Amino acid sequence: MADTMQFDLVSPERKLASVAASQVQIPGMGGDLTAMPNHAPFLTTLRPGILRVVSGSETSEFVVTGGFAEVSPTAASILAEQAVPRSEVSAEMVGDLLSRAESELAEATDETKMAAGQKVRDVLALKGQLSL
Amino acid sequence: MPSLKDLKNRIESVKSTRKITKAMQMVAAAKLRRAQESAENARPYAERMEAVLGNLASGVANSPSAPRLLAGNGNSQTHLLVVATSERGLCGGFNSSIVKLAKIKVDSLLAEGKTVKILTIGKKGREQLKRTLGDNLIGHVDLSDVKRVGYGDAAAIAHDIINRFNADEFDVCSIFYSRFQNVITQVPTERQLIPAVFDSEESEGGSQYEYEPEEGAILADLLPRGLATHVFTALLENGASEQGARMSAMDNATRNAGEMIDKLTIQYNRSRQAAITTELIEIIAGAEAL
Repeated sequence: MADTMQFDLVSPERKLASVAASQVQIPGMGGDLTAMPNHAPFLTTLRPGILRVVSGSETSEFVVTGGFAEVSPTAASILAEQAVPRSEVSAEMVGDLLSRAESELAEATDETKMAAGQKVRDVLALKGQLSL
Repeated sequence: MPSLKDLKNRIESVKSTRKITKAMQMVAAAKLRRAQESAENARPYAERMEAVLGNLASGVANSPSAPRLLAGNGNSQTHLLVVATSERGLCGGFNSSIVKLAKIKVDSLLAEGKTVKILTIGKKGREQLKRTLGDNLIGHVDLSDVKRVGYGDAAAIAHDIINRFNADEFDVCSIFYSRFQNVITQVPTERQLIPAVFDSEESEGGSQYEYEPEEGAILADLLPRGLATHVFTALLENGASEQGARMSAMDNATRNAGEMIDKLTIQYNRSRQAAITTELIEIIAGAEAL
């Protein structure tokens, strides 16, 4: 059994990471999930949160703002709208994200209110996790 | 016959023109490399997005619950053409060929009795379209302050398009841009954005994905992103094409300037020689007359 899988993190502008990973923690829309090799084919959208990649003895973390993840038995591909290594995240960026989510909530119609509210909560949770 | 002084001035002026075009060519070459790089970097995302969307879309395409962005709103009366061109000129036929393609489309649509609305990206295309189709222009996106097109710019344009679609301003939307093939060839291209079309090669092996949330919701979330990705790809391709077109245009201009200089120099030398000969004849004739 393979103990690693191909992990790709791409944003619209460039490829951020491409490594063999043993496990990937993904902030899915319906809750966090960890993908390991031989995971069933799975597709989920992302909420703003932290993506954690374990590759050998190294763990790298990225903050993603949205997008989707495609998991197959041999690979995990994250297509993130915006992805930044955790160490490079600034309070400013998160603040910006929050204000954008809030203005979205303010504009939201009844149908989209739930989603927009959830997004604000997600960003707030992310802010807490990053202790900013 | 221009005087020697005139010729000298002209040679000087053509020389400085050649310097400018040469410099522009080199700048374009450097920018082209960067533009190509970012187009290439963007490719994995776009391809993956396309594949996933195609997969999802083929699943729900025929169900009545298909999102409007995919299925359209059932009409095809009003067309929105997004014409993406450059902000700067001096790039050969780059802008004209995109505008020409768009105009052909406009003419055929108008002939069918459809309504046409045009959204322009980039100043140059707007200037050309304003002359004949000024009444059809409904908006303009100015990217002249943007040094390097980012995904954010594309997302904003896509957002605007979707808002207009939701406000029932149009039924069908397509984008016009120039696909970069190589430095010499750029292909003006039309691509339909709404309703979304995918070059869906049937997924081989068709590994059945589990979806979370369910397919419809994912699709609704991804379609706007797919649209933004298309716009982004178009802008990047356009950027590379523009620099490529400018590079070859400036290369031509530099060569033409060189030829011009050679011609003028020969003319200059001939007239100088003629002047000397005349002078000599005058002196000799004067001496013989004595």
